[in-house]
Amino acid sequence: MAQEQKQPRRSSETDEVTETAPETDVAERREALDGDIDAILDEIDDVLETNAEDFVKSFIQKGGQ
Amino acid sequence: MSVRRVMGTEIEYGISVQGQPLANPMVASSQVVNAYASATVKARRARWDFEEESPLRDARGFDMSRQVADASQLTDEDLGLANVILTNGARLYVDHAHPEYSTPEVVTPLDIVRWDKGGEQVMYDAALRAAQLPGGPQIVLYKNNTDGKGASYGAHENYLMRRSTPFGDIVKHLTPFFVSRQVVCGAGRVGIGQDGRDVGYQLSQRADFFEVEVGLETTLKRPIINTRDEPHADPDTYRRLHVIIGDANLAEISTYLKVGTTSLVLAMIEDGFITRDLGVDSPVSSLRAVSHDPTLQHRLTLRDGRTLTAVQLQMEYLELARKYVDSRLGADADDQTLDVLDRWESVLDRLERDPMLCAQELDWVAKLKLLEQYRQRDGLDWDDAKLHLIDLQYADIRPEKGLYHRLAQAGRITRLLDSASVDAAMVDPPEETRAYFRGRCLEKFAADVAAASWDSVIFDLPGRESLQRVPTIDPLRGSKAHVGDLIDRCETAEALFTALTR
Repeated sequence: MAQEQKQPRRSSETDEVTETAPETDVAERREALDGDIDAILDEIDDVLETNAEDFVKSFIQKGGQ
Repeated sequence: MSVRRVMGTEIEYGISVQGQPLANPMVASSQVVNAYASATVKARRARWDFEEESPLRDARGFDMSRQVADASQLTDEDLGLANVILTNGARLYVDHAHPEYSTPEVVTPLDIVRWDKGGEQVMYDAALRAAQLPGGPQIVLYKNNTDGKGASYGAHENYLMRRSTPFGDIVKHLTPFFVSRQVVCGAGRVGIGQDGRDVGYQLSQRADFFEVEVGLETTLKRPIINTRDEPHADPDTYRRLHVIIGDANLAEISTYLKVGTTSLVLAMIEDGFITRDLGVDSPVSSLRAVSHDPTLQHRLTLRDGRTLTAVQLQMEYLELARKYVDSRLGADADDQTLDVLDRWESVLDRLERDPMLCAQELDWVAKLKLLEQYRQRDGLDWDDAKLHLIDLQYADIRPEKGLYHRLAQAGRITRLLDSASVDAAMVDPPEETRAYFRGRCLEKFAADVAAASWDSVIFDLPGRESLQRVPTIDPLRGSKAHVGDLIDRCETAEALFTALTR
């Protein structure tokens, strides 16, 4: 099966160095994120409750299971 | 051997009445349930049959005394709170101060998603109907688990297991799985600590509310492994594992993987397949430490001396599950089992590289991505009320207001089911369990059903002095294959009852 080719990475102290994502990945992601932001946030802005502070303060629940 | 097993979920919804922050939540919850019942339940409303309930039975082999139990644990007393059994085999009722929906019994993870999402629609529909009554309150329901001020309410999973499996094995092998699975199925939360006094983002809604490793309670001193032993099935053959540690998920893939991977791990435990000890030091504090680190870099110390991240620990379970399915089923493995394994692997692989790569699939990542976008655009700190609002409104179940729903409608969250299939699950029962018999009886013979529960349907038949109880002790009997034709054929409940007892 396909999964056999990809061994889950084991932890060991020597592996640590490979776990830091290269900076280019982060930069690419940030760029993609920027492009995404305007469209969806405009839409979300339209539906967000207007007074965040009041809303959060008054959201009080009784405990359950 | 696969992801298949008898299972179900039960979700308590957060509730608020618009413009009335001090409204009594028990009253509002009853209004929700009663509004749905009045509008949809034909003829008489069947009672819940409490006969087989034993919430104080402990899987470790004793009963808790009713005198020492907290009042909230006595869930088998009929308090007269609203309670209705639906034609899809589910139970809609008031538990404590929340409306709760328990799915009917199903046998696959995808069916959990279908009837869990169907329940979300039932709740939404119920709130709409409550608002339409004269003077009706505008009730908003939230599929989350905390108000961020110290209160938590549950999203439970139930898995039918073989009684012969030693409970100690379940505790041993499931605890590290539960400590780590939140990287996949956490719903995400703004605020750290039960009352959210510290700022920041964490993976799980529930992690901060767990205080012990093993125990019977669900409302206080919450345990990672819950020992309630109330099988709703033949107790000599089965136990029902009652899992209280999960978050209520909106994202379908989060729910699918939560239940699918847990079912697989339970299968391995039942078959004695896990021989390695994957136990972690200090499970309760480890659970929180994992939740409090959305970079996923926190290292757990295993009892064997290794240090692994939660993602790496999940990969250990994945690797075992691959081997297990391969060795037991080989080429005969069913599609859904393989799909769960593939998606699990894909998600873990991406979480390891960059968690944001899972923003289309997992609740905690989708929510974090949205929060980070707001932080970036508006320069918000983690203690900003707007971020708390986004956390809460993500779980608002109204399609026009809920942020999960907005993201899903915009195609930014992947769905597994189409809306028609979820709508059907609001009324149709699953076909492979006794929920089919229960649901069809309520759909076709509502006037003659006096009460029902997981374990029974009780008929009140014209011309008979006493009530007639049909036990449904085997969850896999009463399926469509067993009784579909019979129910179709019978014109009356009397005819059905006679045929069943002949």
